[in-house]
Parts: sequence; structure tokens; C-alpha cells
Amino acid sequence: MANLLELRHVSKTYSRGLINAKSTVALQDISLTLKEDEPTIMTVAGESGSGKTTLAMLLLGFITPTTGQIIYRGKDITTLEGEDRLAFRREVQAVFQDPFAVFNPFYTVDHLLTVPIKQFKLAKTPAEARAKMDEALKAVGLRPEDVLGRFPHQLSGGQRQRINVARALLLKPRLLIADEPVSMVDASLRASILETLRNLQRDHGVSIIYITHDLTTAYHIAKSIIVLYRGGVMEAGDVDQVIKSPQHPYTRLLVDSIPWPTLDQRWGSDTIKAREAGGSSVGCPFRTRCPMAMEQCKTQPPLYHIKQKQAAACYLHAEHSSIAAERLSELLPVKSELEA
Amino acid sequence: MGQDQKPVLRVSNLEVTYYTDSGRARALDDVSFTLNAGEKLGMVGESGSGKSTLALAMMRMIKPPGRIEGGKVEIGGIDLMALSDEDMRQARLSKIAYIPQGAMNSLNPVTRIGSQLVDAIRSHGIQDSRAQVEERCVNALKSVDLDPAVFRMYPHELSGGMKQRVCIAIGILLQPSVIIADEPTSALDVVTQRQVMETIDRVKDQINAAVILIGHDMGLMAQFVDRVAVMYSGRLVEVSTTREMFTNPVHPYAAALISSLPNLENKGVFQGIPGLAPSLLRLPGGCSFHPRCAKVMDICKTTRPLTRRVQGDRLVTCHLYNEEA
Repeated sequence: MANLLELRHVSKTYSRGLINAKSTVALQDISLTLKEDEPTIMTVAGESGSGKTTLAMLLLGFITPTTGQIIYRGKDITTLEGEDRLAFRREVQAVFQDPFAVFNPFYTVDHLLTVPIKQFKLAKTPAEARAKMDEALKAVGLRPEDVLGRFPHQLSGGQRQRINVARALLLKPRLLIADEPVSMVDASLRASILETLRNLQRDHGVSIIYITHDLTTAYHIAKSIIVLYRGGVMEAGDVDQVIKSPQHPYTRLLVDSIPWPTLDQRWGSDTIKAREAGGSSVGCPFRTRCPMAMEQCKTQPPLYHIKQKQAAACYLHAEHSSIAAERLSELLPVKSELEA
Repeated sequence: MGQDQKPVLRVSNLEVTYYTDSGRARALDDVSFTLNAGEKLGMVGESGSGKSTLALAMMRMIKPPGRIEGGKVEIGGIDLMALSDEDMRQARLSKIAYIPQGAMNSLNPVTRIGSQLVDAIRSHGIQDSRAQVEERCVNALKSVDLDPAVFRMYPHELSGGMKQRVCIAIGILLQPSVIIADEPTSALDVVTQRQVMETIDRVKDQINAAVILIGHDMGLMAQFVDRVAVMYSGRLVEVSTTREMFTNPVHPYAAALISSLPNLENKGVFQGIPGLAPSLLRLPGGCSFHPRCAKVMDICKTTRPLTRRVQGDRLVTCHLYNEEA
């Protein structure tokens, strides 16, 4: 089975200053594989500063990894040239967080759809281009006559975000990187955008990497989840297992902080330790905030294989056998139990 | 909620209209509610439903082309709408405080946090000594879990959650009786969000203020507030206690809102509300929700429903409940 995308020990370090340069590890040794013929939805979750967006930027080829390689269909993305590069640009698409900022206010929204058609020569005649636009808009639940020819400010946030999804869809991508696609959209429209994304995966065979801090939506659309904290993988596995029985203290904190819209599930009463600026770069990155921190935590814990589809990087689970970081993908189910 | 308690805030028949080139938009239409000391009210609705306009109207900060057309906002028996401009300026922060959306942008980037806090106190004519004012500011920072060292820092040295807490500290400096928090956590991640909400809860108890939390996150409302008010195109369509709202919403829009929420049981089920919120410039006749309503009747298309009190203390604006009142 061919790999669509492969991350091999990817790390990203940002440094600032010329003399006495300070460096911040944004992403530490991530290895990950997505298979070509098994479209899935994978969530990357974590709070601000956990390295989620850095991962998105790396996958899109906007920044290069400090160490490690990102392989897209057998080729390192930093060395892609000519047609390969064009193909990569077409096949890997993004939907960003802010549905307001991606539009140029001086153009009608058609611009966002016609530019990629021209750029990638998707249509031979204007009529064909128009047909493709209509098809893509219909696929995301918009009526073309409602939105085409309008200016961005005349549309709602939800409509704009769906046009972004439509633009991605137009290019028939293989991989969609969705970086917080619903965090700025009204709750009543979230459902329809998430549904659009899920249909994209189910009906069009597009793999989606869903980047978010919102575990509620992650739970609803994803099959697998990777929880990041300060660039390190804290927990990974099947989304149901991880959210229903989180094993890492950090995942527990995240799950406890979800404002569930039910009256029976309240926020936990434990006080939260504030995150320290900087923090130490050795050992478990969460240990300064962890209520269960031990002496041992000063060395980096490996991923412990707790269940078949769940692993956590925490010494609390040291009775289980450890699993090498590059085998992370084995923990991530492609399909949820319901579909399997 | 003490029944015998006198409400600290009484908003009655508040109306705001925006006069735009393409017509008049009624952003607030006959909004009335009351709030007791120490009570937390959640104000929810889609973008453009008038939530933020309500907050600004209560602060008398509506700018042209918007205009407050009528109504009263009484705090402790004093009608804010009748105050002179100078008295209203004094009332802001000391009687009613506003914690804005996106704290990142509401602090002055070129002055220290401390001087922004001191400013707030001085501009309300408090003539205490420098040391006393400074102590008061440091105490406010401490009460929102910030290090006193923040006093000497600039906004860019703080994280988003810390800046939001600075805004809360400014909000409580003069111990107002009403605090309006307009989506205070919409830009923060879940853990920080929980910390900020817990901070608001604690300082609210310290000064026994009433809190109005504006937002569209029903989950946050379930966790935080005592009562929920649902707005739709400028009107309050339902006001109920949080428990009633989540277990048995009476207005069809509130019901649709509740059933569109994701939870652990209904994995993979996405149920949005059909249709789009109407533009305030072209509101449908009768009840403005009728084109999207699942229980629409003939009367809804022609007659504007009135707000009625049902099932004890719940307010609902819907023709379905005409007989019960």
C-alpha cells in the first residue's frame, strides 16, 4: 500500500536573536503516515502553543522542518519541482481558521474560485469553469446563484467558510488540512460545515487533518486523535477511547475543560496550574503543570501502549510496554468502530 | 434566585435602530428583562441577532448611525438612559462594567498595564493617594490570579488569557453591580477559557455583582450561567433557567438550538438549523423566525407574537403559547 503522506522524525525549532539565540521547540520528533487508499479524518488537538499550526504549515510546505523529512507520495516536499510541485499544490489543500481574512474584499467571491481554475488549467471553456464552480458549491450546500457575484462582506461567516471548502473541493485534493475551520463560525452553522467535511472524506475520498483545540467537534468527525502539548505527542489513538477515557493527565485536563452542553457533565473542580512561560526543554513538557508529576518525569517518557488503539506518553502507565515514536500511525484507526 | 429579592438590573422596552443607507434596521426590538444581584444570565443568539448591540445599548455606547429609540435601563432604581453624559461616564465601570470581546485589542499597547488600571480609577474622581490607588490595582490583579508584577508590564508581554484577565480586573476595579462580558473567551483555548470563566465567577461572588455573559457557545452557558436568554433578530424569544432551557426549551428556535448541540451520545449526528438568519433590513412579517420554524402556523406569518410569561417564571415570544398566558 502506497503512502500518501509520511512524516519521518519531523522536528521544528524556532530561534530568535542573533547572539545568545533562544530557541523554542515547536514540534518534536513527529512520525506519521497517511495511507493513499484509506481516506480518514485525523484530529490534531492541543491548546495554543502546542505546535498544531506549525504542523499544518509544515504539511502545506510553507515552512521547512528543522530536522526530519516530509514525504508526499514518495517525494520529499522540500525538493519538489515543476509538475510535481504543481501537483502537490493542487492535491494538498487548506481551510483556515478565519473566514474573513482569506477573501480579498475588492473582488467578488468568484475570484477565489476562478483563480485556481486558471492556475491549474482545470477548465477549457468559461462554461466548463462555471459548471465546475456550480458543482463544488452545491457539494457544500450552497446555491451558486446565492453566492456567485457577491462580495465577501455580503455573505455570512458560515457561507464564506463553505466557499473555502468549495474552493478546496474544486481542486479534487487528496489531503485537506483544516486548521480550526469552525472556531469562528456560529454554533448553528458549525454542524453544517462539519457535515460538509465529513461528506468530503466519505464521498470524495479526501483525507482530512483536522486541527483544533475543540475536542467536542473533534469527537464528532474524526476517527483518530493526536494530542499535542508543546510540540510533543502526549496521547494518541482512537478518538472514542481517548475522549471517553483519557489516560494522560494533560488529555484529562483538556477533556475536563470541555464545556459540554449538558447539565450532568460539569467542569472538574480541580484547580488548574497556570502554564509557565518558557518551561524546561528536558523531560515531560507537561510536568510543571501536572498534578501527578514525579521525580521520574524529568526524563522524557516514551509512548506507552495502553490499549490496542491508545497510547500515552506518561510514566503513570509504565506497566505497559512502550511503543516507538515512529510507530505512532499504527495506533490511529482509519475507520471508526461504527463503520468497520 | 431569591424571589423576594429586588432586582439590581431592570431593562424595559429597550429599542435600538440603525439608520443605514439601505433602510432602517431594528437591532433591538422591545427587549425587557430583570437580573438579581449575584445572578448570571447568558445571552445567546446567532451573529447579527443583537447580542452585542444590547450590551452597547446598556452602556449607552451605541454610535451613529445607530440610535437608542426608547426604553429604560435601571440599575438600583436609577435609569441610565436619563443621566447626563458626564453622569453616564461616571456610571460606566462604577455601576456597570463591560468586558469586551477580544481583549487582545482593547488594551493600549504603548502604556503599561498599571497605568491603564490607575487611569480607570482616577477618571472616576477618586482622590486617594498614589500608594492607595496602586494597592487597589494590585489587589484587583491578584483577585484575577495575576502576578502583581503584571502591573509594570506592557500588553505584548502577556498571553491572551492574561490580557483577558487584565480586562476583568479593570472591570471589577470600582465594584460595579452589573458586569457585561461580551464573548470573553471566544479567542481562547478550552483550558484557558475554563480558567477565565472560573475567575469571573469568583470575582463576581466577591463583589456580589450580576453578570451578563454574551456568547453563542451553549456549552459554556450550561457550565456557567443560572438563566439563559435567547435572542433572535433583535427580540428576546425565550428566557428560562438553564435547567429548563436545556431539558425543555419552549420556543421552537431555542429547541432547534439545543438539539443542534453536539454531545457524547449523538456522535456523528449533525443537526443544523435550516435556513439562514434574516437580514435586519428585510425582516419577514409576523414572527421573524417563521420561515425557519418547524411548527409554523398561519398566524405566525401575519401577526407579531407578544412576550408572555409561561410555566412560572419563563418568558417566551411565540404564538404557540397564546392560550397559556
